[in-house]
Amino acid sequence: MSDTSHGTGGLKFDAKKRAWPNELNIFFALILIVVIFEILGQTLPYMNDQSFLFDTRDRFDSIFNEARLRIIILQVSIIGIIALGVTQVIISGGIDLSSGPLVGATAMIVMSFAQTELVNGNPNPKAVFGDWAFDLPVLLPIIVGLAFGAFIGGINGALIAFTRIPPFIATLGMFLICRGIAQAWTRGKPVSFPTESYAALGKGMMPVFWFLLLAVVCHVVLKYTLYGKHTYAIGSNEDAARMSGINVKRHKIRVYMIASMLAAFAAIILSSKNLTAQSGMGIFYELYAIAMAVIGGVSLTGGRGSIIGTVLGAMVFGVIQSGFTYIKLDAFYQLMAMGAIIIAAVVLDKVRQDRGSSRS
Amino acid sequence: MSEVILETKNLTKHYGGVHALNDANFILHKGEHVAIMGDNGAGKSTFVRQITGVEQRTSGDIIFDGNPVHFAGPLDAREAGIETVFQTLALADDLDVPDNLFLGREKTFMNWLGPFRFLDYKAMRQETMAGLEKTAVKIPNIRNSIRNMSGGQRQCVAIARTATFHSKLTIMDEPTAALGVQETAQVENIVRTLKEAGEPLILISHNMRQVMDLVDRIVVFRRGRIVANLKKEETDGQDIVAYITGAKTQPEYDVETV
Repeated sequence: MSDTSHGTGGLKFDAKKRAWPNELNIFFALILIVVIFEILGQTLPYMNDQSFLFDTRDRFDSIFNEARLRIIILQVSIIGIIALGVTQVIISGGIDLSSGPLVGATAMIVMSFAQTELVNGNPNPKAVFGDWAFDLPVLLPIIVGLAFGAFIGGINGALIAFTRIPPFIATLGMFLICRGIAQAWTRGKPVSFPTESYAALGKGMMPVFWFLLLAVVCHVVLKYTLYGKHTYAIGSNEDAARMSGINVKRHKIRVYMIASMLAAFAAIILSSKNLTAQSGMGIFYELYAIAMAVIGGVSLTGGRGSIIGTVLGAMVFGVIQSGFTYIKLDAFYQLMAMGAIIIAAVVLDKVRQDRGSSRS
Repeated sequence: MSEVILETKNLTKHYGGVHALNDANFILHKGEHVAIMGDNGAGKSTFVRQITGVEQRTSGDIIFDGNPVHFAGPLDAREAGIETVFQTLALADDLDVPDNLFLGREKTFMNWLGPFRFLDYKAMRQETMAGLEKTAVKIPNIRNSIRNMSGGQRQCVAIARTATFHSKLTIMDEPTAALGVQETAQVENIVRTLKEAGEPLILISHNMRQVMDLVDRIVVFRRGRIVANLKKEETDGQDIVAYITGAKTQPEYDVETV
């Protein structure tokens, strides 16, 4: 007991090895990517000295190219809302592939409850239900949408918790089911002409507002509440969580429900922004949302990641997409490049993990 | 001798036709440190699993702290005050030390928020510090995730749960099996602090030196039965090995002659 002041060996600690917040790395990566596009813009022969980030033609009051920044953030906002939920699912050790088709199905259903009776004085040509469903208060479609999301998420979670099938399979099945629901709802016809109050939900920069608001809420919930702590604990070591008395099954159902409700909310905003709902809405959204989370440092093995990381990941995603368009890269190549970036992000995470475990 | 904290009467566990544990009569007094020894498959772990509620016994009684108990699961046992340090560490790698200590029994405020109630990080941190002080464990930065800690540090964190929550009985299942020499010494130091604090302990170990160093009494299991109950002062390593291997059986435990 003489030498406990410094531990009996094995307890030495190097302050320099303190964990460097991963979010900073992503932030630097974001800046680096912007710089790369800026340089590409200056050097590629066909670019005519356009700037990626700055306002070189004095169109705006600020030094930045505000139009581009606005488009970038607007583009990622709706998928970003989904990514907030996917982040929680991945941290808990799962995966959710059903969010994209869920967006399509929810948009169709919700829009049916948000239709207006008269379009330019004529009866609504896209009416789904009878007269009772016209001009309902805006809260109703929102509640219907969130309830549908909670229902689908609840099934996802219950399947994963009780039958113990891999989340990949459960949500892949739900992926097809939701796409089917979206198409069956109106036999494939689009649903359009929402009420004014519904259209206001996603008007202009409103998606950005919702994204940032929900990001703040999710950040607080994940970081400072019991729910968040248990989400990390289950993703980190499910057996330990169970032995510690956490109701793992109930918690998983909660996580999937919240994720699907966020996806449903994204569908509401998207259909409101587009003023129409189509069964094909949300194609690839589930993968883009997962990509945002993974680029943002959320570990696919569970237990690690943060909402701040995912928001930064979404920004990286948006900047890359916008940058590819800026340097006039064909859409096909954009897809390929995006795939490569996702793989690179996962490889990076793996490398980081191996390095971490070899130290102990 | 002082009060009895744990007593088992004719504790028996059968897995189908396999008699893993037969009529185990065991007594542990308050403040006493007892080692359970025996070969692999002798019934040590089975015995512990019945006490900690991981498995349900076939027959027999468990009396803990004066009351007969039936633990439906490990959580029940923990709530009653039995803290177990498992062979495989039940720690969440990505969480820090206070998070792990308080996992499943977090301190919270604004409890009307249900599952979304807020964590009282400050209170948990303070209690963690107090708990670690009691065990004399020094962890340089308790806010670091467990992932980056050495095996010894992790084991210390697992054991520190006991001290933090004032458990009535601690059970350690081979706590140093996977540790190096220095780390083992660290864990043994904690065991000594528990002894000084008068907290009872059941230690499962194969390490003869460790057992002779740390405990008051040694109970030997063989083929699902208790075959010896030895005071440390009255035995030695060779004697214990004789009981473990079956060369000797204490007369009061010798069922074959009855």
